[in-house]
Amino acid sequence: MTFSPELEKRFADMVTHYPEGRQKAALIPMLMYGQDEVGSISPELMAEVAKRLKIKVIEVEEVLGYYSMLHRKPMGKYHVQVCTNVACMLVGGTELYDHACKKLGLKHLETQHNGHYSLEEVECIGACSWAPAIQVNYTFHHYVTPEKFDSILGECK
Amino acid sequence: MGRLYNEPSPLEVKIVTRNFGLPNSESIDTYLAHQGYEALKKAIGMSQEQIIDEVKASSLRGRGGAGFPTGMKWGFVPRQLDKPKYIVVNADESEPGTCKDRLLIEFDPHQLIEGILIAALAVGAEKGWIYIRGEYRYLIDIMDKALAEAYAHGFLGKSIAGSQFKFDLYTQTGAGAYECGEESALLESLEGNRGIPRIRPPFPAVSGAFQCPTVLNNVETFCAVPAIIRDGGKAFADLGIPKAGGTRMVCIAGHVNKPGVYEVPLGFPMMKFINEVAGGIPNGRKLKAVIPGGSSCPILRADECDLNMDYDSLAKAKSMLGSGGMVVMDETTDMVKVALRIMRFYQHESCGWCIPCREGTTWLRKMLQRVTDGQGMTRDIDLIGDLAKNMLGRTFCPLGDAAALPTISLVEKFRGEFEAYVAKNPLAKNELVSVG
Ligand SMILES: Cc1cc2nc3c(=O)[nH]c(=O)nc-3n(C[C@H](O)[C@H](O)[C@H](O)COP(=O)(O)O)c2cc1C
Ligand code: FES
Repeated sequence: MTFSPELEKRFADMVTHYPEGRQKAALIPMLMYGQDEVGSISPELMAEVAKRLKIKVIEVEEVLGYYSMLHRKPMGKYHVQVCTNVACMLVGGTELYDHACKKLGLKHLETQHNGHYSLEEVECIGACSWAPAIQVNYTFHHYVTPEKFDSILGECK
Repeated sequence: MGRLYNEPSPLEVKIVTRNFGLPNSESIDTYLAHQGYEALKKAIGMSQEQIIDEVKASSLRGRGGAGFPTGMKWGFVPRQLDKPKYIVVNADESEPGTCKDRLLIEFDPHQLIEGILIAALAVGAEKGWIYIRGEYRYLIDIMDKALAEAYAHGFLGKSIAGSQFKFDLYTQTGAGAYECGEESALLESLEGNRGIPRIRPPFPAVSGAFQCPTVLNNVETFCAVPAIIRDGGKAFADLGIPKAGGTRMVCIAGHVNKPGVYEVPLGFPMMKFINEVAGGIPNGRKLKAVIPGGSSCPILRADECDLNMDYDSLAKAKSMLGSGGMVVMDETTDMVKVALRIMRFYQHESCGWCIPCREGTTWLRKMLQRVTDGQGMTRDIDLIGDLAKNMLGRTFCPLGDAAALPTISLVEKFRGEFEAYVAKNPLAKNELVSVG
């Protein structure tokens, strides 16, 4: 399996960041950046990362089951993450999440059949003072009302 | 860049946020034009003891949650030990209510780099990692760019600022796990493992990243260091109060007119902060309760909020200054729903390693759900309080306490609201209450 030249370079740099013999430390970043390019943590990606870091696939599996941002199946092209934790909840986060469910016809961690949108109810994303907050892929949106939510979706072509 | 998230307040005292709002505040040119890296040059001319003593004199305490004195922590590193020393920066920022480290990296990444370099000089470290939560991908890009600038200007790499000092610094992404903000779980994650806490001692100062002596601090803690070295530990200490020097960033959210992140001196009065800095409570409503420093802190009733924001005053009120994430609730807030939402978070984030935390948070969530659904009994309220109390101090890392403490305070201080939910359950009328 090969990756884009940028990602290959990133991976090559990354393994030099750690003390000799401790290259397993690159595992989580490799899975995150790899997932961004491949779309999910596919069995091929797992095997490739294991091979490059000289670890067993089971060690990759072990980590994969733990971290909430690593997904075995592809999320939508636009992964919509709505925070309902306490600061967001107090100013309309729960209602915003209900609105998102209806608008997208999805529930927590579901993806549309055409792969366009997926939805996730997330824990605090570090935007509490500008709540309610959502992230679409890695982009933050603050002070999101249902109307603003609809217009954000309008941009997701 | 340069656009701030909220208007600054005239009541702020800006030390770590002093460059916020400058055009291109994240670039090294802006930083250099505003005394950037001067503290580093000064520190290069100081002995390790002198740097640590200056940080001790500042009475800087960790801004990540526990408030441990920073100079003392650096002093624990066995500098003579023949092993590499490392620096690890905790930029996992996941405590609900907290959104300050994000701004420090977005608007002034070089201040963080400079703080890290001074810590590295103080303990003789040769490498460091900035562990940034996975959701903050855009900050990793900003930080990587700042690191490249620092290398290009000779502030990272070999012979830093023309001296013998060498240091390498990297970003490391997390992948979605609150527990990885806990220092020992973070170190496991950095090494490529599940974020499961380590037994302590040994503490990271002795055995941290890759089993080598490690200084691990919060982003804001490192960001305070350049000012301390530049202007002296005493000048920083004098901004705050005895035993709690300097300023700190407070994130305020919830029912206030001007939510935002503001930098105020330690010991700033809480009610003045809510009413004057954050513009008070909207719609003429009354204050009901405040989470003072992230959702792990015991909640304060309105009548308990007449205090100063420092470690000792909050401890006296049986709560904590925590991570600086303040959440304000007005009189319309349903405290049972707050309790349930907080517990859903901790149950989701418990790493599952130790049973009191894994099972405790699960049962607490189930019982709180039952009460919220109108199917609770009076004995459930007592059981919630009892179970939470029995988790205290019985877990591997403080996540168990973080889940139990707010719950205990909510049940004790707002019991009437839990009882009102129980009264909705017709079966609760015939509940047998054991006597004695
Ligand atoms: C469950 C849990 C989560 C934590 N999350 C964070 C965090 O996101 N950021 C942080 O700086 N400290 C966090 N801490 C505190 C760290 O364990 C550690 O005390 C801190 O990073 C030390 O830095 P300081 O002395 O500069 O505060 C957390 C602690 C616990 C128990
Ligand atoms: S609670 Fe929603 S971003 Fe923090």
